[in-house]
Amino acid sequence: MKLMKTLLVSAAIAMPAAAFAENETVGFSQIGSESGWRAAETSVTKADAKERGITLKFADAQQKQENQIKALRGFIAQGVDAILLAPVVATGWDEVLGEAKDADIPVVLLDRKVDASDDLYLTAVTSDTVHEGTVAGDWLKDAVGDAQCNVVELQGTTGASVTIDRKKGFADAIASADNITIVRSQTGDFTRAQGKIVMESFIKAEGGGSDICALYAHNDDMALGAIQAIKEAGLKPGEDIKIVSIDSVPDMHLAISKGEANATVELTPDMAGPAFDALEAYWADGTQPEKWIQTDSTLFTQDDDNEAAYENKKALGY
Amino acid sequence: MKHSMKLPLYITVATFVLAYAACVAQYPNMLSSRVIANLLTDNAFLGITAVGMTFVILSGGIDLSVGSVIAFTGVFLAVVLRDTSLHPLSAFALALLIATVFGAAMGATIHYLEMPPFIVTLAGMFLMRGLAYVLSTESVPIDHAFYGWLQSLYWQAPGGGRFRITGLLLLVTFGVAMVVLHRTRLGRNVYALGGSAQTAQLMGVPCARTTIAIYAISGGLAGLAGIVFSLYTSAGYSLATVGTELDAIAAVVIGGTLLSGGSGFVAGTFFGIMIMGLIQTYIVFDGSLSSWWTKIVIGGLLFTFIMLQKGLAWLTTARIPRANGSTARS
Repeated sequence: MKLMKTLLVSAAIAMPAAAFAENETVGFSQIGSESGWRAAETSVTKADAKERGITLKFADAQQKQENQIKALRGFIAQGVDAILLAPVVATGWDEVLGEAKDADIPVVLLDRKVDASDDLYLTAVTSDTVHEGTVAGDWLKDAVGDAQCNVVELQGTTGASVTIDRKKGFADAIASADNITIVRSQTGDFTRAQGKIVMESFIKAEGGGSDICALYAHNDDMALGAIQAIKEAGLKPGEDIKIVSIDSVPDMHLAISKGEANATVELTPDMAGPAFDALEAYWADGTQPEKWIQTDSTLFTQDDDNEAAYENKKALGY
Repeated sequence: MKHSMKLPLYITVATFVLAYAACVAQYPNMLSSRVIANLLTDNAFLGITAVGMTFVILSGGIDLSVGSVIAFTGVFLAVVLRDTSLHPLSAFALALLIATVFGAAMGATIHYLEMPPFIVTLAGMFLMRGLAYVLSTESVPIDHAFYGWLQSLYWQAPGGGRFRITGLLLLVTFGVAMVVLHRTRLGRNVYALGGSAQTAQLMGVPCARTTIAIYAISGGLAGLAGIVFSLYTSAGYSLATVGTELDAIAAVVIGGTLLSGGSGFVAGTFFGIMIMGLIQTYIVFDGSLSSWWTKIVIGGLLFTFIMLQKGLAWLTTARIPRANGSTARS
């Protein structure tokens, strides 16, 4: 088995890249496994590579940039055909990306961008976090029509760029609708427990919840906590209070399928799919992709098959 | 006696050579100038830190503050270069001065207040990490022409390996440390202090001066490692190099230095660093092993080397009476 692997790897290195498009080797430097989403991203990437017949070399950086730089240098020394990098911080990549460029190894950034000149990498595959908020806001506009609607908002961690972006996107979307107003907005720190506590105080402050028409949470975990709080207040989540949030974790699909929530915007863990597409085109005839590939922010509502989505996602490590 | 002192060093070197050979047998690409250059560049900051740690451990102490000193130096440089018009070289001198004085202060506390080094340097670790946070909680990029120039100084070996100035600095640091430890009075005093502080004092070793010098060296080298690290990442980040002190201690012990002090070689530390770098490189080349195996293998190696030291110590103490006996008989 080991010998087999050795042979395959040395074969892949010995062959010129273009003549051997079938079995490419790609190095993937992942930040770590600090959140469920990231674990899902890792397992999706591994599965995707396997499906395409790409040999994936995986290196977990345990949240340390020095480990990521070491891994990248190791990949370059090994002569891989491409590198996927999910950078832990934005700074300090120029030198090692320059080495990859000199070795003619394309680098694709996943999920986050870096502060480096954009000719040092092939492309970046990330989600547009402002757009995610806009999708959620647009859904709410459609859902309420002309009726008056007071919205409460559960924000993510204060000051985080995701929080700022998701708040802005939602606010932009509902700016044109005079009937929708955000009456309360507080941080729930992206956690289930905090989401529940803050929602309880919202309900108390807004006439036992009767004045609240909808909840917008910056992530699913806070929304799931809030559902609990709404139930405990004797209201029906999803009917008395509409719920829309972002991420599409498996438990949220379950909640939507039970009618306890209304919609979620997916932050896809499949960043590697578009990355591999771009790389395959690049290997085939040197096609240069756009410098930024934006992943789809798909909206899941009660009309979608959420049970199937739950089944698909529950094994990904969320 | 002399022979058995060098035995751990030989074992470390042999371990490295055998491990490298085994890696090359599986991945022929590991015998490239790139991998060798990477081993030097990627481990430069850790290696320089470990040289200071070798001084400290040889003297029977420990320095837990070095990881924080590296992070502090990095953030300090980044903030100074961002907010002032100071030239990087002046900033380097300032950073080295702060780190050295900080180390000397810890050494003085350890000696004059007779405090255990573990506690004093633990306090130093929190202090420096805290100061780094005060300067900036975010990663501060360093964008200075001088940095770009330093980073562009490398020798491209056949095969694409880039031998950078930081790798050279690592080798020079080890060379200087070897001369200081084996050819100067300070070096002899370090060994004497680690052998037994009381005996050293009776022999007239200036304990106060030596202890302060040892921790000043460790602090100063951690500062130098901080400069190397800031060149490595072109940024200062207060969360960087958490736990580096433990990696440095591990490298020193794998290098054959006795944790109780008095015996060991700085050359061993070099191979300790290289073994740790090799494990990481192998894991990246394999690509399917969890990177936590680095820690597991280093843990296993540490345990093996500690057992080895214990065994050697037992052998040498057991042999001495026998040697005495034979002289008496003849």
